[in-house]
Amino acid sequence: MNAERRRDFLKKSGLGALAGAGVLAGLTTTIKEQASASLETEAPQGTVRWGMVIDMRKCPDDCTDCIEACHSAHNVPDFDDPKDEVKWIWKSLQKKVFPSKSMQFASRDRKEKPFLTLCNQCADPPCTRVCPTGATFSRPDGIVQMDFHRCIGCRFCMAGCPYGSRSFNWRDPRPAIGSIDPSYPTRERGVVEKCNFCVERVEKQQLPHCVEICPEKALTFGNLNDPESSIRKLLASETTIQRKPELGTRPSVFYIT
Amino acid sequence: MNERVLIFAGLAVFLVMVSLPFWLRDDDPELRPPALSITTTGAQCVESTAYMRANHMQLLDEWRDDVVRHGDRVHVSSNGRKFEKSLSHTCMNCHENRQEFCEQCHATMNVQTYCWECHITSMEVQ
Repeated sequence: MNAERRRDFLKKSGLGALAGAGVLAGLTTTIKEQASASLETEAPQGTVRWGMVIDMRKCPDDCTDCIEACHSAHNVPDFDDPKDEVKWIWKSLQKKVFPSKSMQFASRDRKEKPFLTLCNQCADPPCTRVCPTGATFSRPDGIVQMDFHRCIGCRFCMAGCPYGSRSFNWRDPRPAIGSIDPSYPTRERGVVEKCNFCVERVEKQQLPHCVEICPEKALTFGNLNDPESSIRKLLASETTIQRKPELGTRPSVFYIT
Repeated sequence: MNERVLIFAGLAVFLVMVSLPFWLRDDDPELRPPALSITTTGAQCVESTAYMRANHMQLLDEWRDDVVRHGDRVHVSSNGRKFEKSLSHTCMNCHENRQEFCEQCHATMNVQTYCWECHITSMEVQ
């Protein structure tokens, strides 16, 4: 009697151990899959996913045509105090745009070359996750959009964005706008704003302002999910980098350096 | 008998007092609805005047969410015509003067909107 009980016990515990091991093995593979997915450079699948390639070899250091075109079309205010700065597209030093890029023996000029930056329109954006009101959200076409109507100015998104792509209106922006374009709204005090990939133009089959105005044709805009698009051909043939890919945000803006 | 007269007289006075605003309404120019400037450059509004008078706020609210959140920018009116869903473009293109068209009535009705904190008309820019 005693021996039989012992036998049963051993049988059952053996089965239990097997089942546990199986579950563990399944779990670890899913975790591994998720970890590799977050580092994957391919864009998620859908019909359209808008993206941009910036060819920094063609971008002259002193040209600001794209910045001016964007900021005047979107009524972006220009404050004198850098603490109040509002920006959608701007230039920053290469070593700041790509802080982890190896440039140990690069010349000072190369390290400090002004690099064009804008919202990366991430496939997995941290800003939309932290927004408590849903004022910023991902569109099905990959554009990370702001709904200014719903922004309460909590600035969680600014803390969440690893690229500093978002600006806050500390002051009433209207007096700081050179000439207001009534075809696009201004913002009010206490609202966050950022580049919207010219969603209002893209929906009308027009290119973003920056892409259209660039005299050097350094910016390429297109559908990342269409293998025949010009942007995909460029990405296929050139070596490109993204900002902070290790964070797993999967930016839709690529750079040729 | 005397009491009955007093009661009915009191009731009559009470009713007159309660309905006084309705009696006086037509005589007080401040309580009349403002004469709106309905000068437009367009031939026809997106919906009928009666519908717009009653429902423009719901229409604008729906337009806002359709455009910003769903990327749906085309309004098909009840008689099949198509318009861009846009306050700044569609509405203000015809009703150019926001002070006279929007604000007068909103002021009378004590409606506080915040459309114009951000949206701006070309008339104001000039």
